[in-house]
Amino acid sequence: MTGKVVTITSGKGGVGKTTTVANIAVALAADGKKVVCIDGDIGLRNLDVIMGLENRIVYDIVDVVEGRCRTRQAMIRDKRMPELFLIPAAQTRDKNAVSPSDMIRLCDELRQEMDWILIDSPAGIERGFRNSIAAADKVLIVTNPEMSAVRDADRVIGLLEAEEKAAPSLIVNRLNPTMVKRGDMLGVDDVYDLLRIEVIGIVPEDENVIVASNRGAPLAIEAKSRAGQAFRNIARRLNGEQVPFLDLEAHSLWDRIARLAGRK
Amino acid sequence: MDFFDRLVGKKKSAKSAKERLQLVLIHDRTDLTPAVLEAMKDDIIAAISKHIDIDPDKVNIDVEHDGRAQRLVADIPLRVATRRRAS
Ligand SMILES: Nc1ncnc2c1ncn2[C@@H]1O[C@H](COP(=O)(O)OP(=O)(O)O)[C@@H](O)[C@H]1O
Ligand SMILES: [Mg+2]
Repeated sequence: MTGKVVTITSGKGGVGKTTTVANIAVALAADGKKVVCIDGDIGLRNLDVIMGLENRIVYDIVDVVEGRCRTRQAMIRDKRMPELFLIPAAQTRDKNAVSPSDMIRLCDELRQEMDWILIDSPAGIERGFRNSIAAADKVLIVTNPEMSAVRDADRVIGLLEAEEKAAPSLIVNRLNPTMVKRGDMLGVDDVYDLLRIEVIGIVPEDENVIVASNRGAPLAIEAKSRAGQAFRNIARRLNGEQVPFLDLEAHSLWDRIARLAGRK
Repeated sequence: MDFFDRLVGKKKSAKSAKERLQLVLIHDRTDLTPAVLEAMKDDIIAAISKHIDIDPDKVNIDVEHDGRAQRLVADIPLRVATRRRAS
């Protein structure tokens, strides 16, 4: 088995990277895939609480890298899904405890056993970001339809271009269709015009995201929520399926995106 | 945007956001500030004016996009009179 390494990053903090990782992971695992998430945000561990696994942590990624435990021992098995795992970040160490080559080594090992390795990148463009993209086969950039988030996304896309990484894909999170319609929020087509990378997901603003994080149960498991549906669709697109975008905005948004992305 | 804003012709905020971002991103990607662009324009006008007579006010220099790639495009109209005098 050769698993694929997908890094979720953004530049700006608080745009929804951790939420995205947890939800895509749950969706892929629900589809029968073997999935491991790595929390790359050393010192600001968060993925554990979003996934509801905070009470089960014994070892973390720095323990693995420094040889205090085997990789398997640091992989926490999810409560609901037997083939979903989390390797937590260290909370009391700094980002320099892990290097890009450590990440490449770890991911190469995980590729043998897993279908998907999802890495939750910290905000910023420093060491933690470098670590999180070092082993990536695919990078997903999360942004919000908002000035500073789009600007920082562009900066990260530029850095990936300079590293000659494969072209990243874009997730526009926290879209508020009512504000877009009113002309008070950038639409997905605007964000695409500005950033010019393929759009792989559009996730609406949804208060269920916060309810789900309160419970420690990512909402992609729930059938009803729109954001959950949007995250499940991203997982399917990662698997190579052609899935139409949810109709959140004005009609035929999918057609416009497909045209812009050169698919039509 | 409410009725009053529309009455006084105030631009929708998403439109301002997009226009402002377009400019910000050009500078972020290329390190090209409006001041540098203006200085470059003056140099180009000076260089060309050594050889032919052009109207400095009609010269236009801009950054154009092709996907994520950007190119500097200069539009320098030649004077009809110049050509006539030369013949
Ligand atoms: N689609 C959404 N709708 C509503 N709230 C969201 C959405 N996505 C993220 N959030 C909230 O935004 C905050 C930041 O999300 P998080 O995933 O921690 O961002 P990051 O990892 O990029 O810092 C959290 O409080 C989260 O619940
Ligand atoms: Mg985070």
